[in-house]
Amino acid sequence: MKQKQSGPLKWVLIGGSAFFLFVMLILPLIYVLSTAFREGIQVYIESVTDEYAVKAILLTIRATVSAVVINTLFGVFAAWCITRFQFRGKKIISTLIDLPLTVSPIIAGLIYVLTFGRQSALYPYLQELGISIIYAVPGIVLATIFVTFPFISREIIPVLTAAGTDEEEAAALMGANGWTIFWRVTFPHIKWALLYGVVLCTARAMGEFGAVSVLSGHLRGKTNTMPLYIELLYQGYDYTGAFAISSILVVMAIVILILRSVLEYLGKKDREA
Amino acid sequence: MKKLKQITALLLSLSLVLGALTACSSSSSSDTDTGDADASAVSADSDASAATESEATEDAESTSTEAVEITNVSYDPTRELYAAYNELFAAYWLEEIGQEVTIVQSHGGSGKQALEVANGLEADVVTLALEGDVDSIVDAGLIEDGYTSEFDNDSAPYTSSIVFLVRSGNPLEIYDWDDLLRDDVGIITPNPKTSGGARWNYLAAWYYFEQQGQSEDEIIASMTTLYENVVVLDSGARGATTSFVENGQGDVLLAWENEAFLTLEEYPGEYEIVYPSVSILCQPTVAIVDEVVDNRGTRDVATAYLEYLYSDEAQELEAQNFYRPTNEEVLAAYTLETDSKTITEIPEDGKWIITDGFELTDINYFGGWDEATEKHFVDGGIFDSFYEEAE
Amino acid sequence: MSLGVTVTILSLVVVIPLYSLVVFTSQLSFSDFLSTVTSSRVMSSYWVSFSTALVASLINAGMGLMIAWVLVRYDFPGKRIMDGMIEIPFALPTAVAGISLTHLTTTNGWVGSLFDKIGIQIAYTRIGITVALVFIGIPFVVRSVQPVLEKIDPQYEEAAGMMGATRCYTFFRVILPEILPALIAGFTMAFARCLGEYGSVVFIAGNTPYKTEITPLLIMAQLQEYDYASATSIALVMLIAAFLILFINAVLQSRTSKIVSGIE
Repeated sequence: MKQKQSGPLKWVLIGGSAFFLFVMLILPLIYVLSTAFREGIQVYIESVTDEYAVKAILLTIRATVSAVVINTLFGVFAAWCITRFQFRGKKIISTLIDLPLTVSPIIAGLIYVLTFGRQSALYPYLQELGISIIYAVPGIVLATIFVTFPFISREIIPVLTAAGTDEEEAAALMGANGWTIFWRVTFPHIKWALLYGVVLCTARAMGEFGAVSVLSGHLRGKTNTMPLYIELLYQGYDYTGAFAISSILVVMAIVILILRSVLEYLGKKDREA
Repeated sequence: MKKLKQITALLLSLSLVLGALTACSSSSSSDTDTGDADASAVSADSDASAATESEATEDAESTSTEAVEITNVSYDPTRELYAAYNELFAAYWLEEIGQEVTIVQSHGGSGKQALEVANGLEADVVTLALEGDVDSIVDAGLIEDGYTSEFDNDSAPYTSSIVFLVRSGNPLEIYDWDDLLRDDVGIITPNPKTSGGARWNYLAAWYYFEQQGQSEDEIIASMTTLYENVVVLDSGARGATTSFVENGQGDVLLAWENEAFLTLEEYPGEYEIVYPSVSILCQPTVAIVDEVVDNRGTRDVATAYLEYLYSDEAQELEAQNFYRPTNEEVLAAYTLETDSKTITEIPEDGKWIITDGFELTDINYFGGWDEATEKHFVDGGIFDSFYEEAE
Repeated sequence: MSLGVTVTILSLVVVIPLYSLVVFTSQLSFSDFLSTVTSSRVMSSYWVSFSTALVASLINAGMGLMIAWVLVRYDFPGKRIMDGMIEIPFALPTAVAGISLTHLTTTNGWVGSLFDKIGIQIAYTRIGITVALVFIGIPFVVRSVQPVLEKIDPQYEEAAGMMGATRCYTFFRVILPEILPALIAGFTMAFARCLGEYGSVVFIAGNTPYKTEITPLLIMAQLQEYDYASATSIALVMLIAAFLILFINAVLQSRTSKIVSGIE
């Protein structure tokens, strides 16, 4: 069915897309990799197994996992809320949810500094409780949550809207409770959208630089995430090291993207079978 | 497939339980309260290290032989210097007091780092590029007034200056500041509004034109021409070096002396350092952050950390990292005797400091940082006027 | 209950911090606020940010539509890889992207040297900024158009084709109305994202005032001077702009979907 339209147009379009992606995406990646390896594999391995590099990688993973878990929870709730209930201010809420995506990361970091920083009204209380948010790991997690905030709900909302409420109502009529409805009726619908949202969220969380950079304090080995560590190396004349760490980020991203592709493929087979 | 379903189910139910909890607490209390509760939950589960760290500092207060940790917030180019110095100091402290000390380093743009300390980044000591940046921490109430007299030499253990970095052979024959006004010269310097180092560049140029006997209007005209020749106005010193070195932009880079030497070391034979007739003495300032050391009980070790920067060993280390030591003897030991004002390679004996025929002014000439900033760099200051006229 | 959770987290993560931004801005009197956010330098930075973001999003709308079309309608070797790559701009730290793109497009870079021969300079000009923004915005349009395109039944087109419509006519009359809401959504998201982009642009822009200075850079410059009030007022303006764009999008969405369903 799909190959109905063939001929020159098809190949022109494919060629155009491939060319565009090659220039815009692949070339920068090739540059990253070639720089990472330009002093040989030995230097590369040394760079990525450095004590501080490992700590940065672990911190990035920790922040990413926290952000993904919290955003998944939030995304499902928010999407449910917006598609299943009618209430005033719904449009405003959905706009607010989207907002973090478009806020400059610098501003995102800034607003947390203003909220929890030393000149904030909250600061004395936090100090008393011995809680440090900014320039500590919680701040990094918060910033990461902020920048990836809308990803999951945005993916689920259209699917939930399209699925409609008929099936859920039917299930409710037949006496199923809320959990069962969600689990048996709603969840299968949003499964793939959710997976995609999680993948996006993970990818974005790993690479976040701007907001985290404002909030982290750059304490080496403590609050330096991978992107910040990359900047540090770069500032310290260590191009090769900087790009070596970047290449790890790229590889992590590609693995996640491929994983998603594979899961989707398996899912399709599952449904067809 | 089944396994996947189980995992997703597990994850989802976990997050749903968490959600239910948050929802319950939200119904009983106000938004800000849940804010704190939530934040503490996050910090509790993800920041066990912070807890152990504060315990460690408490221990340090009671018995000084326990390990202690201090945080040094510094600016970008000092990375190598402090990596080496921290080792030196840790060894010294262990021998002298018998206490193990770990130093957590933070590097970034000087102004940004100062801002973060003022905003609550817990630094025991700051070692920043400009006095003006430290002043902003004083304004925030974290450092007591008079910190510049706390250590020798206005609390500047090492100094630097601004030099020209040109491409090998100096093809455009750039020797002094007035060469920068020629049409064929492309300049790379960072934006003084966003980069501390760039302010030194700006002031050094200003000083030169003033020494030429120009009136203020003439100086402004010369400076306008100079900044019209700037090809890329990067936001930071490192970005400027990259534009010049890696991306091949421009003909001359106005650089910190230590940065210029690092470039020479990294790319032998490709660049030359040119010393203009006059420049400015850059005094990176160190200070103890009083509020933090008093809270943590780390004043002793923090003071010793900064004092030791003046010791002979440390001064040698600074000279080896291309900072000008303040100790006269060490300075003399590293002084290069030469008539030439161009350095094409790093001297093999390690003597690199040129003092003759290289006149240095300092910030006091401009009335201190407050006055200089007010006059030149604030919004609507002289720097902004260059671009308004150009428009 | 779900409403409670949504509102709580939303207020915690988004609203309270935004509120503090407003509080800090209110330290300035209204006239000071106005003169800060309308000074000629700030105004020209709005224009630089706005024009480059607009051009970049338009390019992305066109290319994104084409890529989505290719991914949905054709089978060809490497399709899965192409599909998987789309999100890379999200994952690559923007600074790394900026550094790489700058290096590629300077007059002695791989791509830049080609353009240099025909007298076009990319890096350190507005073209460079646009290139960086195109990179940042790629995923938005592709990913919002793709699912909608997948749902459209090719039978419509076949029917139209059988009735003698040209391919072009079919595209504009049958397909475009269906995907228009998604296209607009993708476009506005990309546009709003590009307006605020900082990390990659500072490297590739020459940062010359009035020419290639973007608004987020000005915010950083104000922060450098510890001028919180000015920084937050410019930030507030950008924030309102982002909010407006999204809100217009939301309104457009509900309107177009009404029109579409009205036709059906």
